[in-house]
Amino acid sequence: MANYSTNEFKAGLKIMQDGEPCAIVENEMVKPGKGQAFNRVRIRKLISGKVVEKTFKSGDSVEGADVIDVDLAYLYNDGEFWHFMNNETFEQIAADEKAVGDAVKWLVEQDVCTLTLWNGNPISVAPPNFVELEITETDPGLKGDTAGTGGKPATLTTGAVVRVPLFVQIGEVIKVDTRSGEYVSRVQK
Amino acid sequence: MQRSNAWQPSATLAVLRERAALLARIRTFFAHREVLEVDTPVLAHYGVTDVHLTNLRTHISGEPTPYFLQTSPEYAMKRLLAAGSGSIYQLGKVFRDDETSSRHNPEFTLLEWYRVGFTAAQLMDEISQLLQETVAAPPAQKVGYQELMIQQLGVDPLADDAVPRLQQALSERPELTDLVSKEQDRDTLLDIAMAMVIEPALDPAMPTFVTDYPASQAALAQLNAEDPRTAHRFELFYGGLELANGYQELTDAAEQQQRFQQDRLRRQHLQRDDAVADPRLLAALEQGLPDCAGVALGFDRLLMIHLGSPRISTVLPFAIDRA
Repeated sequence: MANYSTNEFKAGLKIMQDGEPCAIVENEMVKPGKGQAFNRVRIRKLISGKVVEKTFKSGDSVEGADVIDVDLAYLYNDGEFWHFMNNETFEQIAADEKAVGDAVKWLVEQDVCTLTLWNGNPISVAPPNFVELEITETDPGLKGDTAGTGGKPATLTTGAVVRVPLFVQIGEVIKVDTRSGEYVSRVQK
Repeated sequence: MQRSNAWQPSATLAVLRERAALLARIRTFFAHREVLEVDTPVLAHYGVTDVHLTNLRTHISGEPTPYFLQTSPEYAMKRLLAAGSGSIYQLGKVFRDDETSSRHNPEFTLLEWYRVGFTAAQLMDEISQLLQETVAAPPAQKVGYQELMIQQLGVDPLADDAVPRLQQALSERPELTDLVSKEQDRDTLLDIAMAMVIEPALDPAMPTFVTDYPASQAALAQLNAEDPRTAHRFELFYGGLELANGYQELTDAAEQQQRFQQDRLRRQHLQRDDAVADPRLLAALEQGLPDCAGVALGFDRLLMIHLGSPRISTVLPFAIDRA
């Protein structure tokens, strides 16, 4: 993998730090007028998700990380791995529990997810912003409550628990925003 | 094709009117003090040897050697001083390669002036006056470089054990640990301490002169005869920005030549391009530079502070990405 000089640093660039692939979040040059220039960089570690600050001497170079994002359709879980497929090449990739992480509760068959690959291996999975899932369990709500005040917890087919308005019932399909984990609307079947 | 808005100014017209007004106030300040305005060449035969400054270079048709866009008008102004100009000031464009950030534009406006017969302390007083009169700043405060570093980091920058002590103090900050663990160079460690720890801790509401820089960072300043570990160099910080850099000017041609040579050796050591020392400045110093103090102040940054603008692009008619 190529090395990058600090003057190529910009948000989104993928570099190796502490043995882990990282994405640059923010890059700022700091330079005393007559002195050495530095790059103060905020980076997100792509495996642990931690955001840390690092400082480099301007002109130094760091190892690049072979990290790419690919859009793949979720197929199935075999108990150990979650399988995804490229809808154009039909190539399949399996992600382990660590890579799937919290996305597991939003995985719907055939939905297209964004997988981050490091050296070809998945390190994280991002579900689509909105998913549609069926409610498997929730308290029977009061008829006529349409204001949506308060709400109640509802369990979805994937095990995710979402707060829904009182009028939403078991067996209904709802649309959820995966970024906030919030109920959006009912979906007409 | 999508139409680009890159034709539009990066500053608002209201800011550009403020810019013009500040330029006018500065000119009035110097007119009242009978300091002569000069405008020396931006394009010149020689660049600087400064290790951490990079000239942009260009060519003139038919000329065998490159020309250099000036990083400051210092050399040409000193040649005028040697020619007997008396006190002079300049408001002009300068250029520095590899300097683009929210606070840097590769082309910017520098206010530089030289006061014949002034000491560094007298010049600092005049700078404080200028800030009070042109941007209504409070009177500036002063603190010594050594004192400030002992205060903020608990390390004496002039002591023999400064390198390990700086390494230790700086590596306690997680964002600096990797950087300082392999850094043995005293001046680089001092730059890290200054830029990453001390400068951000200064009160942005108070113009603050940091005085008596270590001799190894004297640049073109005279060394302090009473303590040759330090030089008569100062920097001014205000509004969270490094605003100005000034000296009791070195007038000794032989010593100047030696410093140019040191710069070139250090460039070699750091594997940077060599730079030719300007023989015309050296000749002028041999002729005789009057005792004087001089300072370079970033005009665009002064305007940023005055208007409370966080980005230099918002005080320039067209920042580099729209130039």
